[in-house]
Amino acid sequence: MTVGILALQGDFREHEEMLRRIGAPTLQVRLPKHLDQVERLIIPGGESTTIGKLLAMYGLIEPLRARVRAGMPVWGTCAGAILMAQRIADGRADQPLLRLMDLTARRNAFGSQLESFEIDLPVDGLDSKPLRMVFIRAPVLEDLGMAVTPLARIDDGRVVAARQANMLATCFHPELTPDDRMHRYFLEM
Amino acid sequence: MDKSTWTTKVGLAQMLKGGVIMDVVTPEQARIAEEAGAVAVMALERVPADIRAQGGVARMSDPELILAIKEAVTIPVMAKARIGHFVEAQVLEALGIDYIDESEVLTPADEEHHINKHKFRIPFVCGCRNLGEGLRRVAEGAAMLRTKGEAGTGNVVEAVRHARAVYSEIRRLQTMNEDELFTYAKNIQAPYELVRQVAETGRLPVVNFAAGGIATPADAALLMQLGVDGVFVGSGIFKSGDPARRARAIVAATTHYNEPEIIAEVSRGLGEAMVGIEISKIPRDQLMAGRGW
Repeated sequence: MTVGILALQGDFREHEEMLRRIGAPTLQVRLPKHLDQVERLIIPGGESTTIGKLLAMYGLIEPLRARVRAGMPVWGTCAGAILMAQRIADGRADQPLLRLMDLTARRNAFGSQLESFEIDLPVDGLDSKPLRMVFIRAPVLEDLGMAVTPLARIDDGRVVAARQANMLATCFHPELTPDDRMHRYFLEM
Repeated sequence: MDKSTWTTKVGLAQMLKGGVIMDVVTPEQARIAEEAGAVAVMALERVPADIRAQGGVARMSDPELILAIKEAVTIPVMAKARIGHFVEAQVLEALGIDYIDESEVLTPADEEHHINKHKFRIPFVCGCRNLGEGLRRVAEGAAMLRTKGEAGTGNVVEAVRHARAVYSEIRRLQTMNEDELFTYAKNIQAPYELVRQVAETGRLPVVNFAAGGIATPADAALLMQLGVDGVFVGSGIFKSGDPARRARAIVAATTHYNEPEIIAEVSRGLGEAMVGIEISKIPRDQLMAGRGW
């Protein structure tokens, strides 16, 4: 079961190293031809405008949407979560998106880099031990549709992780911590 | 909740990997850069080529301009402070931008001390020409490095020299035993703990981009193949004939740096590149890479 990692830009190597430690085979996905060789896909952190631009430039948007609609499990972290949202707030109106999950991603919801933070919080679907969450210029998830289940909230109630069938979105970066539980969760989806 | 931790500082640089950071001098240029796929912009009053041409003391940019650029884009905004000028850095932190470049492109404010970057909540990127210089900056708190190259020249030769220096030193470190590591750390004037960490992991403790002289998509891909995590393009974009197209092409070449067909395709009919300068024609006292220690 090869896990594709979208490697257009961002922290794809951190995801790759985490999966290597777990023992899951990985493949970097940069072009549509790579997509045919993977059974799952992680869309990493990075800049959503840049990744979106490169997705559009090299014809990845439609093939990727088709695979996900056919049931391929996909997980977006931070920028990846933004790209998976059907709607965005506080972004660029013209930025290319995959528009997969029935929710709104509010970009830079906490402000500039000075507001980036770490926190320990529980996640539904993991064991009860809180997960170290690293938020970097992170979005939050709003307007969740009926089919979307929130998995984690920060103290003020805003949603920072959600799942819709074969699709998972997290606003934080499990790949920047030593904790592999979120990656294992995704592999079992 | 822990804010401005080392993980979040280094983490933002990790999110920029595989990307292009572009120098911009107006909000309009910032929007063009974002639209072209830049991962961040460097807000400046003058690009390095103009600083070089006009001479005089180069300082931090007007906060008004930096804020106007911050307002114009959704991607991270960086700005430069003079080497050692910790008050310029305090001002930039107060503006709420995302990263500070303590940069040799500006005229140094202190010829002995760099900024103590641990004291700041905002992360810093610093230039280096070799491993020792890079690790000294990390010891002072830099959360990201960039090889210096020679800014404002459109000539990639110094960027290549510095990137090769850093990565060949890392490869050599990995063959050394502990006795040799102590001596090596002393010789390159870097903290032993950081030297040992690099030897063990085979990589720098923070993300490292290339800068200084990158003007074409092929230049960007060359540095990526040499091992850097991403590129800064300063004068190379907005001093060229068709900035938007060149910017898009450099972004594509940085992602697909191992695909010569794609680099060939995006390089076609790009229009005029910026005029380059031969390094040997620059008077020694006007070279920027030698600033900082």
